[in-house]
Amino acid sequence: MIAAVARLTHDIGLAEDFAQDALIAALERWAKEGIPNNPGAWLTTAAKHRALDHLRRAPMLDRKHQELALGTESSHSDDRLIDALDQTVEDDVLRLIFTACHPVLSAEARVALTLKVVGGLSTKEIARAYLKSETTMAQRIVRAKRTLSEAKVAFALPAQQELDERLASVLEVIYLIFNEGYAASSGEHWIRQSLCDEALRLSRILAELMPQMPEVHGLSALLELQASRSKARVGKDGEPILLLDQDRTRWDQLLIKRGFAAIRRAEYAAQENNGAFGPYCLQAAIAACHAQASIADNTDWQRITALYDALAQITSSPVVELNRAVAVGMAFGPQSGLEIVDVLMQEPMLKDYPHFYSVRGDLLFKLERMAEAKAAFERAAELTNNERELGVLQRRIADCRS
Amino acid sequence: MRFMIIVKATVDSEAGVMPSAGLIAEMADYHEQLAKAGVLLDGSGLKPSSTGWRIDYDGDEHSITQGPFAATKELIAGYTMIQVSSREEAIEWSRRYPNPAVDHGVGQIEVRQLFELDDFEPSEGLERMRSMNEQPG
Repeated sequence: MIAAVARLTHDIGLAEDFAQDALIAALERWAKEGIPNNPGAWLTTAAKHRALDHLRRAPMLDRKHQELALGTESSHSDDRLIDALDQTVEDDVLRLIFTACHPVLSAEARVALTLKVVGGLSTKEIARAYLKSETTMAQRIVRAKRTLSEAKVAFALPAQQELDERLASVLEVIYLIFNEGYAASSGEHWIRQSLCDEALRLSRILAELMPQMPEVHGLSALLELQASRSKARVGKDGEPILLLDQDRTRWDQLLIKRGFAAIRRAEYAAQENNGAFGPYCLQAAIAACHAQASIADNTDWQRITALYDALAQITSSPVVELNRAVAVGMAFGPQSGLEIVDVLMQEPMLKDYPHFYSVRGDLLFKLERMAEAKAAFERAAELTNNERELGVLQRRIADCRS
Repeated sequence: MRFMIIVKATVDSEAGVMPSAGLIAEMADYHEQLAKAGVLLDGSGLKPSSTGWRIDYDGDEHSITQGPFAATKELIAGYTMIQVSSREEAIEWSRRYPNPAVDHGVGQIEVRQLFELDDFEPSEGLERMRSMNEQPG
């Protein structure tokens, strides 16, 4: 509803206000007359009428905006306009996503605004998910809208030449939302789950609306495959279970099937457009390697190593490089993995990253260099804020003594 | 949360009468809407019960019966699985389901929510479900 109205007003804040007005009017009227057959459509029409009223009364609106708002043919009657809008709801959703994820906003503002205007969460729920007060989150959303309006961001799809960059921002926001839900670090369980569900839904919508973009399917595949493991990654006392230790019979086969289907669509889209696999497609392909192995010992680590090689080339991220070291260690032995980790010792970004030291500790442990392994695990234990992780590390430290 | 929209069998579906092009198009439209809203998980039609079988249990004994089966209204002919954020949303989507009857006459769907493991308290119940999932096979 907000999407349809925002296309009229070119302003998400206003559109939300109109939607709110329509809702209040509806509650009054429905209390007297009963709920109409299709409440959603009733609300959207009511909100659009309010938006049109506003546009007619808004002399400050410049001519250009008005032209855009009322379509290129000025002879359209309001009703015909509404009919036309109803037929372009899909484009409206896309415009809404691209506007809420505009790079003029900070990542956290994009996340909050997307959840608020595209997703189905209330400000209170978003606040709880991010451990902020409702006021703080509401202010963040208001500020984001103000920034958009001050920067005169058009409620429109980006032009072809900036599409890739803008799409990267959209995909990043969806991935951030998913990861916030997926990371077991904070928040109540149900709200974390709803963040994952929202991100999954957004990725599925995007895959239907932009089927020609390989990375859109790549993200969707990655999220389906990661979500397929969610029931297996936490033990009965809430402790995290690492990928290789998970009971794979608990992976959700329906989501795995959907993940593979999304990868096939990504491959098709890449072929059609002569495009290469981007970072999301590559990460999805890695996740698919794990999904294909019915037991951890059957994992095709050589293929995973090759995929990490490709990923490292396009992202040049130390964290990717660290994951590549793990894959190389599994495929070609711990010494090969350790050589990559040793190079990363100089990397300032990893200096205080606990996972770096647990990876190093694990490789040293496998090489039976126990004293060094113990030191690495101890460093990781010092750095982690996660109690569950600390427990795992303490066990590994103890193992180094024996 | 996940819901399964179950399409009940009719005399036609049990007789293997294929749906008309019109019904197929209507179903395709509906499922496309589901997909575009990001709620479609899975769906399929089922072949008539004459292609299926039943296994009846009685204590440690069991016996196999080949289809077809009587009591058409209790059989199912297809399903659509959706993932939505509320029961209300599931109701709204199910209200838009096309009449699935092959002859566009009398048809029925039934909607049921899937259990999530989270529905169980972290207790004995959850552990029992887990041990079921852990059995080899």
